[in-house]
Amino acid sequence: MADRPVPVVEKQLMDVKLGQLGNWLGGRDFTPNGILNAIRRGHDRYYNKYINVKKGGIGGVAMLLAGYVVLSYIWEYDHIKHDRWRKYH
Amino acid sequence: MLSRIVFVSAGALKGSGSFGAGLVHASRSLHTSSQSLAPVPPLPEKGGKVRHGIIPEEYFQLLYPKTGVTGPYMLGAGLIMYLLSKEIYVINHETFAAASIGTIIIYAVKKYGSSFAAFADNLNEEKVATAQEVKDLAISSLTKAIADEKKEQWRAEGKGMLFDAKRNNVAMLLEINRRERLHMVSNEVKRRLDYQIALQNLNRQLEQEHMVNWVEKNVISSITPQQEKASIAKCITDLKALAKATQAKATA
Repeated sequence: MADRPVPVVEKQLMDVKLGQLGNWLGGRDFTPNGILNAIRRGHDRYYNKYINVKKGGIGGVAMLLAGYVVLSYIWEYDHIKHDRWRKYH
Repeated sequence: MLSRIVFVSAGALKGSGSFGAGLVHASRSLHTSSQSLAPVPPLPEKGGKVRHGIIPEEYFQLLYPKTGVTGPYMLGAGLIMYLLSKEIYVINHETFAAASIGTIIIYAVKKYGSSFAAFADNLNEEKVATAQEVKDLAISSLTKAIADEKKEQWRAEGKGMLFDAKRNNVAMLLEINRRERLHMVSNEVKRRLDYQIALQNLNRQLEQEHMVNWVEKNVISSITPQQEKASIAKCITDLKALAKATQAKATA
């Protein structure tokens, strides 16, 4: 599988070695356009894998809802901290 | 199975406009080969596998080589214990609400999931069936048009024979005309020649008669009166002799 050498910034994240992570992060597109493109790509990958199929299951939507629940818990954590049962853990 | 309704409603909402364009962009960014849009590849049958509804299967496959089957569950249990003991997840009134709602949701999904999925599948099937009907109708009408066209071409070939027949007709008419004119020519010539012949005959006849009359007139004028008396007397004696001869014959 050794076709023409691909520059490191174009590789996908799972193919980047740990030492090259800095280079990879430096070379990515962080302009608003690039961020929008990244969001669109991520959305398309998720959509085509879990929702845009003939017989989807509940997983496609349930994962989104579970992620939303977790994210909202994280955003509210500073407020929920006050409901703790013990002061020292 | 909720995703099926999402798909159905999303499809109804926006058509495939933005999603289709996004699909093209996604495929173009993931693959480096040039792809064409038609024919559109069919949708995959099943989505990515998800275990227990919220954890994708890839997580289990990631940990399987190192920790076997129970590894991910152990990791999950350890994480939950850590969150609870450090009170990163705080148990308050919301926990009770979440537990109740979660129970109801799981019960509803387990009980009515398959029937709901069948209903959503039916909707999709109907849509596909109507589209398929349109396609089949179009195909059948087009094949019929092709057959009609071929028939017209075959008919057009027959026109060659029609033209041949017409050409023969015209040639015959011309021939008839030519022969009529030949007849007319020969008739006219014959008439003129007959006229000349009649004219010559008439001339000869006139000349003959005139000559005869003239001879007669001269002969008669040349007969002197006394010759005339002598001839008349001879005629009378001849007649008497004849009468005697016939009388004798009659009585004999």
